[in-house]
Amino acid sequence: MLLLTCPACGVAADETELAPGGEAHLTRVGPDGDDASFEGYLFQRANPRGVHFERWRHVYGCGKWFHAARDTATLEVFGTYSAQTTAPPDDILDKIKARRPGWEGNA
Amino acid sequence: MSDLSLERAAPRGMIALRGDFDSLAGPCREITGADLPAPLGAAGEGRALLWMSPDELLLLCDPGDVGEVLARLGEALAAQHHLASDVSDARVVFTLRGPGVRDALARITPCDMRPGRFHVGQVRRTRLGQVAAAIRLTGDAAAEVYCFRSVGDYVERLLATALESANRERVAL
Ligand SMILES: [Zn+2]
Repeated sequence: MLLLTCPACGVAADETELAPGGEAHLTRVGPDGDDASFEGYLFQRANPRGVHFERWRHVYGCGKWFHAARDTATLEVFGTYSAQTTAPPDDILDKIKARRPGWEGNA
Repeated sequence: MSDLSLERAAPRGMIALRGDFDSLAGPCREITGADLPAPLGAAGEGRALLWMSPDELLLLCDPGDVGEVLARLGEALAAQHHLASDVSDARVVFTLRGPGVRDALARITPCDMRPGRFHVGQVRRTRLGQVAAAIRLTGDAAAEVYCFRSVGDYVERLLATALESANRERVAL
């Protein structure tokens, strides 16, 4: 069971109250991108075993999107944060490094 | 045993209100007499405001007052970007009464119904069985359930089943 606290309303929502939005912090490839980078943007995802950043939507609650940092293998949640950002905030990264000393970040 | 009761509430006037809370606060106070509710809260007696999301409120009033309230909102918020829409027909409300009301709801929702986690007066939009619904605890032994009218029959049967099993075997939360 996965519980994520929605930063928009503060509810600790059950996974079944949320809609998954896939990998977070993707860089959108626009009309200027070549075919290979556009294909990567559309289809290629990190899918790591371990620390992962994801988008979720509190669909059965306040309806807002947010970000979550969690471990895909243990389901440990490092934290959730606003959708209005393009990179994980420092306090989330600090929490991850405290729990996973060897973690280098998802390249 | 039938300690717990379930009833379909009489039709209510419901207005979906979206916009910046700072600009909604004044007109809402004039119309309902209440300050805006805190997140996950409700405010007002009679005419009431339910907190739906950081930019959405549900205004409850008499069904006959909806037109007048909408006109007042439209006038007061004319210069603001906002949405005020009559959604009275969109949802049905069920009233639940009885000492096991938290226990009964906990059987069909992932929402934490324990007294320390769900306070009287709070409103939680969540899932009941297979559909979206909102739970408003109006007392320690009383709750209202809001759901879309299209799934009203499903929710009524779901609640009846939950109440029946809670009546049979009471669990203290
Ligand atoms: Zn939320």
